[in-house]
Amino acid sequence: MRPPLVEVSAISRSYAMRSGMFGRATAVHAVDGVSLTIAKGETLGLVGESGSGKSTTGRIVLGLEPPDSGDVRFEGRPMAAPGTAAWRAQRARMQMIFQDPLGALDRRLPVAVQIREPLDIHGLGTPAEREDRVRELLRAVELTPAHGARYPGALSGGQRQRVVLARALATKPDFLVCDEPVSALDVSIQAQVVNLLCDLQAQLSLTLLFISHDLRVVRQISNVVAVMYLGRIVEIGSADDLFARPEHPYTQALVSASPAPGRRSAGRIVLSGDPPNPAARPNGCAFHPRCPRAVPRCASEVPALLAVGGNRQVACHLVTGAETRDAA
Amino acid sequence: MTQLIAIAGLSVAFSGVPVLRGVDLALQKGEALGLVGESGSGKSVTWLAALGLLPRHAQVAGSVRLDGREILGAPSAELDHVRGGRIAMIFQDPASALNPVLTIRKQLCEALALHRDLSGEAVKAEARRLLDLVGIPDAARRLSAYPHEFSGGQVQRVMIAMALAGNPDLLIADEPTTALDATIQAQILELLSLVRREMGMAMVLISHDLGVVAENCDRVAVMYAGRIVEAAPSNQLFADPVHPYAQGLIGALPPLDGPRRRLTAIPGTVPDPAHMPSGCAYAPRCALAGESCGLAAPTLAPIADDRSVACVRAEASRRAVLGMAAE
Repeated sequence: MRPPLVEVSAISRSYAMRSGMFGRATAVHAVDGVSLTIAKGETLGLVGESGSGKSTTGRIVLGLEPPDSGDVRFEGRPMAAPGTAAWRAQRARMQMIFQDPLGALDRRLPVAVQIREPLDIHGLGTPAEREDRVRELLRAVELTPAHGARYPGALSGGQRQRVVLARALATKPDFLVCDEPVSALDVSIQAQVVNLLCDLQAQLSLTLLFISHDLRVVRQISNVVAVMYLGRIVEIGSADDLFARPEHPYTQALVSASPAPGRRSAGRIVLSGDPPNPAARPNGCAFHPRCPRAVPRCASEVPALLAVGGNRQVACHLVTGAETRDAA
Repeated sequence: MTQLIAIAGLSVAFSGVPVLRGVDLALQKGEALGLVGESGSGKSVTWLAALGLLPRHAQVAGSVRLDGREILGAPSAELDHVRGGRIAMIFQDPASALNPVLTIRKQLCEALALHRDLSGEAVKAEARRLLDLVGIPDAARRLSAYPHEFSGGQVQRVMIAMALAGNPDLLIADEPTTALDATIQAQILELLSLVRREMGMAMVLISHDLGVVAENCDRVAVMYAGRIVEAAPSNQLFADPVHPYAQGLIGALPPLDGPRRRLTAIPGTVPDPAHMPSGCAYAPRCALAGESCGLAAPTLAPIADDRSVACVRAEASRRAVLGMAAE
């Protein structure tokens, strides 16, 4: 097992939300006691539906947002306090890629200038070296210097996402958080960017936190996959194994809901109800109101994330129930 | 089965730039047809043009026959009967298709009053029945709610109820689940197949998601740069695609089980409609392209029962298909 680069232990984050103009403020637990370890050079995939807290987790891991409790360690050391010189040095080594490349780029600057910006900010190299680095980065993401002279509006969606990737790689980061990086792209372009990410990761031994709602893309790129539901991890395991043999009823429903060519919808698990409102989190297991297999215990007791053999961990009384009852 | 709608040679140009370049498509009564392709391939424009919903400056040519009657360029009085009555449409973003300041009852009753001979209490009863049918719990009370009081999945259910108000023979669902979460997508797709079975309605499912189309349609047409490049029964298309673009699309889809392999990405990007390559529009990205591909655009030609493909080089693939069948 490779040494961990990023260790996240029991981070929580809640926001105050007001219902209506005069409503009472309620706490929304976006992330609730999430622990993760990402080994050097590996990819951890984070899947879940909207409101499951995947993006908030990514932002906390990157230090863009402080956790209410819990902590994040990078190479064994706690994250430096935001705004300090140590924090800036650390931030150069961790970067983020978002879903919407057009929103992440300045429409009024040629893209080569934008790729160069992190080098200017962090004062890396002489001006001539920076120009060389920009050319090298463009080549790394399979773009030409001619593309570099263009404005974001003159590039296609896939090309823009390559520019964002080049800019994120400018400071030679060790760690990259990708938040739905290919969700806005067409299938054929999505495959290009996924392949490129895999290649770059191998070449630069990058460590990735890959956030997506798309199980297929996550499996393609990840070593380990964690499934989130309402701010908690409900199941975590190796990418090959998790979707082939999901244990948690929610993961089973997610896998079953992912449509596959050549497979007719026979036996598909269709969950009833909407994803619950994070502001009105059900008691016990948050999934129990929609769970086809829920038992009374699920409504009262929050299941802990427990190992169930191999490197799989599941938070479900029905899966881990036997062991805990034995222990009691 | 009898033919419900037949589109022939449909082409659309926006200020001289062709975006739809001759689409032929037919739909039987009660059939579910999937339309896949990347953004800009003309999936939505095909149906917007067929229903006369494009802006006035769009140049539309060709023919669209509903039950044998030409509806392309028909007077608006006739189209008003077709749109919503015979053919209904639902869109990707249901929230923006509803009026935020009117209750669901107002909007549903409006659709019912337009397309059905109902009045007074009968309209309200029918509105409640429709809301029940699409699985909105507590339909009677929810009728007086406003669109923002529903979740994303429920708004799409309300849209489906409105589409069903006119008892249509054909429902065009344009990316109906793209904005929804995976588990909600499964609910909406199941609802669509349920109402389709119950009302004997035909459906066109427009999607960029091959999986969604494969699971919910009898037949699939693949579009590329304003043309249909392959049409086939869905199980055959996914088991054994003939057009190199269809092969590329399926190869680009990461598998959910089995061994992981490198994705076979299609190189390059979709051509700019204003600078279409001569000959086959896919040739610049095609691994199989030969000299003949640049000369003339291939037409959609039948290669087997219920299968057709627009590719010069498909001949080789086709022989392989027939060879395998003969063995």
